[in-house]
Amino acid sequence: MSSSETGPGGQAHGSVKEYVTGLILSIVLTVIPFYLVMSGTGSDTFTVIAIVVAAIAQVLVQMVFFLHMNGSSEQTWLTVSAVYTVFILLFVIVGSLWIFEHLNHNMLMGH
Amino acid sequence: MVQTDLIKDPHVLTGKLHWGVIPFHDPVVAPVMFAAIFGGLLLVAFITYKKLWGYLWDEWFTSVDHKKIGIMYCIVALVMLVRGFSDAIMMRTHQALSTSDTFGEGFLPPEHYDQIFTAHGVIMIFFVATPLMIGIMNVIMPLQIGARDVAFPFLNSLSFYLFLVGALLINISLFVGEFAAVGWLAYTPLSGIEYSPGVGVDYWIWALQISGIGTTLTAVNFVATILKMRAPGMSMMKMPVFTWTTFCANIIALVIFPILTVAIAQLTLDRYLDFNFFTNDDGGNQMMWVNLIWAWGHPEVYFLVLPAFGMISEVTATFSRKRLFGYVSLIWATIAITILSFLVWLHHFFTMGSGASVNAFFGIMTMIIGIPTGVKLYNWIFTMYKGRVELTASMWWVIAMLITFTVGGMTGVMLSIPANDFMLHNSMFVPAHFHNVIIGGAVYGYFAGFTYWFPKATGVKLNETLGKWSVALWFFGYFFAWVPLYITGFDGMTRRLQYIDNPEWQAYMYIALIGVALIAAGIGTQVFNIAWSLYNRNKPEYKDETGDPWDAHTLEWYTSSPPQFYNFGDVPYITDRDQLLVMKQQGTAYKRPEKYDRIHMPKNTWAGPVLGLLTLPMGFGFVWHIWWMVIASVAAIFACWVKLNFERDKDYYVEVPEVEAIEGGFLKSNEGRSYYFEKNAKYYKKWKPSDQNDSTVVAK
Repeated sequence: MSSSETGPGGQAHGSVKEYVTGLILSIVLTVIPFYLVMSGTGSDTFTVIAIVVAAIAQVLVQMVFFLHMNGSSEQTWLTVSAVYTVFILLFVIVGSLWIFEHLNHNMLMGH
Repeated sequence: MVQTDLIKDPHVLTGKLHWGVIPFHDPVVAPVMFAAIFGGLLLVAFITYKKLWGYLWDEWFTSVDHKKIGIMYCIVALVMLVRGFSDAIMMRTHQALSTSDTFGEGFLPPEHYDQIFTAHGVIMIFFVATPLMIGIMNVIMPLQIGARDVAFPFLNSLSFYLFLVGALLINISLFVGEFAAVGWLAYTPLSGIEYSPGVGVDYWIWALQISGIGTTLTAVNFVATILKMRAPGMSMMKMPVFTWTTFCANIIALVIFPILTVAIAQLTLDRYLDFNFFTNDDGGNQMMWVNLIWAWGHPEVYFLVLPAFGMISEVTATFSRKRLFGYVSLIWATIAITILSFLVWLHHFFTMGSGASVNAFFGIMTMIIGIPTGVKLYNWIFTMYKGRVELTASMWWVIAMLITFTVGGMTGVMLSIPANDFMLHNSMFVPAHFHNVIIGGAVYGYFAGFTYWFPKATGVKLNETLGKWSVALWFFGYFFAWVPLYITGFDGMTRRLQYIDNPEWQAYMYIALIGVALIAAGIGTQVFNIAWSLYNRNKPEYKDETGDPWDAHTLEWYTSSPPQFYNFGDVPYITDRDQLLVMKQQGTAYKRPEKYDRIHMPKNTWAGPVLGLLTLPMGFGFVWHIWWMVIASVAAIFACWVKLNFERDKDYYVEVPEVEAIEGGFLKSNEGRSYYFEKNAKYYKKWKPSDQNDSTVVAK
C-alpha cells in the first residue's frame, strides 16, 4: 500500500508459526470467559477475576504475537508508546471504576 | 414521522422506508429539499456540459496526493459549515421569536427544533472542525517535514471517503426520515430504542461510526508519517511547531476514537439486537454511556484545539519576524496536554452523583490543564513582544483568538469548580463557554492557518481587506451572540429551550440574533473572498510566484505554490528548526542542487472512492433495516478489498529529466530574488542557529 521514499521500518514481521500461536492463544483466551459465564460453573467472584485475567492476557498476546513487541526491542518509540498506552488505559479504566464505585455508593445502587 | 408498525416488521425490499418519511409537506424542509435537488442537478449538468468528469476522476477523486485530499477535506468542511451555520441561524431566530406568548411561539415545532440543535452540534464538531483541521494538516504537515506524501497514501484517500459518507448520511437524514433529536452526544437512555424508536438515532450512529473510523485511520497515517518520513537531519526537536501539535493531536485521536467506536457499537447492539448495555433495566447502566462518551469527548476537544495552537504559533512567529518564543516550553506544554487531557472527562458530569472526592479530583485536574494552555498564550504574546509585528489578515485572526480564547478559558476555570458547576450545569452558560473556546480557540486558529497557507495550497493569496473584514465581523458577532447567553445562563435559562417562558430574556435573544447575523456576514465575506481571490488569480497582487509570499521560516515555503506533485525537487539536510530562514541567511535557498534523483511516487487508485463510498449504502441499509442492501454492500466491499490486495502496480518513478524541467521552471521564477524581503533583512540577519543558545535540543 505504502510506497514512501523512506521505505518500511526495520521491525521484524513475524513468522507463520508466531501468527498461528497467537491466533490459537487468543481464541482460547476468548473461549474461557464465555464458557465460565454461559455455564455458570464458578462463583461470581471467581468468574469476574477470570475474565479480568483473561482480558489482560489477551492484550499481552496481541502485543507480542501480532504487534511483535518484545523485551529485546531497542526501539525507543515502541517503549514510549507502550508506556503511554498503559498509562492511558490505567487512567480510563481505574478512573471509571473509581467513579462508578462512588456513584453506586451515593446512589445506593445494589444496596 | 415513522409508522410504528414498520419498526417491528420491516419490509423485505424497502425496510422501514415508505413515502411518508419524505417531508414533502414540511414548510421549512421541503423548499430546502427542492433547492438542494435542483442545485445538485444543476452542478451535475454543468460538469457534464464542460466534460469535466474524466478530469475530476483522474485528477481529484482517485488522487492519493495529500495536497489534493487536503483541499477536498477543506471544501467539504466549508460546505458543511454553511449547513451547520444555517442550523445556528434557525435556532437563534426561533428563540428570538418564541420568548413568551406576547411574541409568539416561533416557527419550529419541538421535534424539529430538537433535531436542529442535535444536527448543529454533530455537524460543527465532526463535519466542519475535524475535516477543516485534517484538511490543513494533510496539505501542510508532509510539506513541513519534507516528505513526498503521507505514509499510507491509499489509506488517506479511504479516510476522506469514509468521512464524506458520514457527512452524506447526515444530509440524507434531512430529506429522508429524520435526524436524532437527542442532543449531539445522544445520551442514553433517551437515545435507546425505547425512547427514540425512529431512525434519527440510527442516522447519528452510522454517520459517526463510519466517519469516526476514517478519523482513526487518519491518525494512524499521520503518526506514522511524522515518525518515519521526516527529512534527513530533522530530529523531533527540530520539527516545526505545527507538525508537533499535529503529532500530539493524532496520538490523542488514535487512543480516543476506538473508545467512540466501541461505545457506539454497544449502543448499536442495544438498539438493533435488544442488548442492555445502556438501558435502565436488565442490568444496563445508562451512566456508563455518559462516562464512555466523555472519555472520548474531552480528549477530542484537545484533538481539535492542539493543531489550532500549532497554526497560531506558525503565523505569530512568521509575522512577528522572530523565532517562536520558548519553542521547548511550548512543545512540553503540548505533551503535557496530550497526557492530562485524559484525566478531566468527569467535569462534564459533576452532577451525576459521584460525590465530593471524585468531583474534587477532576475539578483540580481541570484547573491544572489550564496551566499548559496558559503557557502557550504567553509563548505567543512574548513572540510578538519586541517583534516587528505585521498586521496581516492571518495575524488579525491570531489576535482575535488570543482575546476570545482567554475569555473562554476563564469561564472554563469557573465551570471547573464543582460547586459552581452544580449551579451552571445544563444552563446556557455551558454552551456559551464551549462556543467561546471552540470558536475562539479552534476555529479562529484554523482560519488563521487557512489564510496563511491558502497561497501554498492554491498559488493564490486571499484578499487582505476582505480577510480583515471577516475577522472583525466574526469577532464582534461572537460577543454579540454569546455574551447575552452567558447572562441568561447565569439567570437560570437552560439549554435547548424550544419555548422561553420569561419575557425578561427577550432583549438578550434579540441581541444574540444580531450577533448571529454579524457572524453570517463574516462567513459570507470569507466565501466571497475565496471566490474573488481565485477569480483574480492571475493578477500580480493575488498570484504567488515565488512559493514564499510571507517571507516565512519553515520548509513548506521552500517549494512552489501550489507545490509540484512530488513536493520537493531535492530535500535539504535539516540543521535548524527554522530551516528555510537559515538557508536564506546562508544563501543556500532556491539553488539548483548538483544533481536530481529520480522520485518514487504512489499511483492514483480507484479503491479509495469505491471502497469508501460503498459504506454509504451499507450505512443507509442499516438505518432503514434494508438487509439485502447491507449484505450486498458488505460483499462488494470485501470483493473490492480482495481485488485491491492482488494489485501490484501501485507506484512509479518520476525520472530525472522531468524533475529537472519542472524544477528549472520554479527556480527561474525565484531568480534574482533577494533572499528575504528588504524590510525584514535587518531582523533576520541577527538570527543565530537554533541549537546555539538552547541546550535542550537533541543533537542529531
